[in-house]
Amino acid sequence: MSLQLTATVDERGVEVDLEIGEGETLAILGPNGAGKSTVLAVAAGLLRPDRGRVVLEGRELTGPGTWVPPHDRRVALLAQEPLLFPHLGVLDNVAFGPRSNGASRRTSHEAARRWLGEVDAADLADRRPRQLSGGQGQRVAVARALAAEPRLLLLDEPLSALDVAVLPALRQTLKRVLAGRTTVLVTHDVLDALLLADRVVVMEDGRVAEAGPTAEVLERPRSAFAARIAGLNMVAGTWRDGAVEGIRGIASEPAPAEGDPVVAVFRPSAVSVFTSSPGGSPRNALAVTVTDLEPRGDQVRVRAGHLAADLTVQAAAELDLVPGARVVFAVKASEVAVYRR
Amino acid sequence: MIPRWLYAPAAVGAAFLLLPLAAIVARVEWSEFFTLITSEASKDALWLSLRTSAMATLLCLLFGTPMAVVLARTSFPGQGVLRSLVLLPLVLPPVVGGVALLYTFGRRGLLGHELEVLGIQVAFSTTAVVLAQTFVAMPFLVVSLEGSLRTAGQRYEVVAASLGAAPTTVFRRITLPLVLPGLVSGSVLAFARALGEFGATITFAGSLQGVTRTLPLEIYQLRETDVDAAVALSLVLVVVAVLVIGFAGRQGRSLG
Repeated sequence: MSLQLTATVDERGVEVDLEIGEGETLAILGPNGAGKSTVLAVAAGLLRPDRGRVVLEGRELTGPGTWVPPHDRRVALLAQEPLLFPHLGVLDNVAFGPRSNGASRRTSHEAARRWLGEVDAADLADRRPRQLSGGQGQRVAVARALAAEPRLLLLDEPLSALDVAVLPALRQTLKRVLAGRTTVLVTHDVLDALLLADRVVVMEDGRVAEAGPTAEVLERPRSAFAARIAGLNMVAGTWRDGAVEGIRGIASEPAPAEGDPVVAVFRPSAVSVFTSSPGGSPRNALAVTVTDLEPRGDQVRVRAGHLAADLTVQAAAELDLVPGARVVFAVKASEVAVYRR
Repeated sequence: MIPRWLYAPAAVGAAFLLLPLAAIVARVEWSEFFTLITSEASKDALWLSLRTSAMATLLCLLFGTPMAVVLARTSFPGQGVLRSLVLLPLVLPPVVGGVALLYTFGRRGLLGHELEVLGIQVAFSTTAVVLAQTFVAMPFLVVSLEGSLRTAGQRYEVVAASLGAAPTTVFRRITLPLVLPGLVSGSVLAFARALGEFGATITFAGSLQGVTRTLPLEIYQLRETDVDAAVALSLVLVVVAVLVIGFAGRQGRSLG
């Protein structure tokens, strides 16, 4: 295991035990106040747990009698906001890590240019931080964190403060640079977990409520939080003829190429249920068998395997839905978002 | 919108502050102005004032900056009390400060014996002028800088540490540059306060031409024997004060 972290922080009611393999990305999901940020603070050396250990690549960072200060841990932190040093230019910001670790000005500038290129931000090298948009700033912040060559990368909701328009592209960049890096990603966005993480841990009330491979946790959620966020319909497959497993949708930039692994995502409320194929409309029609009906206030969630549709009670009654009934789930292509995996 | 009647007392207040300045300008003997401010005694006093104030500002930076960082970035028992005591010279009558310094560094003071053994005579020397000025000016720097440090927060410092920067590197490359505006305006305020220092200086350092008689002391000395010279030198100090305020204001805007 690359990272082993056990920590009890009494004041915040947090008690966790996590392990991350070499090069693996672990997403921590959970509601606000669940203790996600506390875990990051313990790993980064910003918070000393009452009991616990942090071991990174066999080196004890935190433990009974051991305390490695933050700057000596090789653990880089990326927050919601880029937090670029306002008095330094973009290039010097990215060169800060190498420079602090003893590299010469020239070597660190070369490294900075390389990492800026790695996140598609080479053209921003000569700007001042205040001249950058939120998305550009976060790209530079990613390059800066990577340039420090950390052994562990901590991402604290890195995409949550950004404009929706820049999200898909930045997500792709993160996906590319996180490959093969030991990373902890705190997020509340199920898509981030799905696209970036190998495994997911769901935290509730300071404890790990659920853990496992991302797809497994999201398809068969056991904790209340996972069930709520996993309420989205997700169909993973291969991109062929502008569709994934026969489902057409709006592909986010950069557009997937033929044969790319993709995932189609749509909300249960966007799904209509018919007893026979509606035909003639621009909808995706999926023939399914109802497995479960779940009342939710004045709505009914109709489950069919890993897909779900939300109907009004009246509509469900009119369709005479029962488990085992063969129906058609229909969803407009404009309601389906397709992402590269 | 503010109540219209506020303008009246505001105008009275402004007039009260500005009228004395106008009075000085009106009283200056312009025909003799340059002769008066370039007399031997005046030049001595001006040069001494600039030298000692610069030295005092340097001492404030050297010891006040670390003090502000400790007060802003750490917490320890008794910190609140310590902060209040450090700021005491702000409200203490300067003449009391002078007496206190005399009984610290004077021949019969707390450290007097030790200093005498070392062959150092502090009281009534130029060193005493610098110490008196540093004593009254340091709190200005500490207050201004501690405010800047708290406003800047620690988020950038945390990021810098996570990128592998040791505490000294973080202090040098992140903390200090971020609070540079506060550092500059604090230094300017400290310099101005040192330049105007009178009470503590005359008590602790005396008034010896070229050694301890700074510009304010020279003006006080001249105000009965040579009123024209006193007024001319006063105007010099007014001009310096105006320049300082202008500089501090511009720094605050451009850097802040």
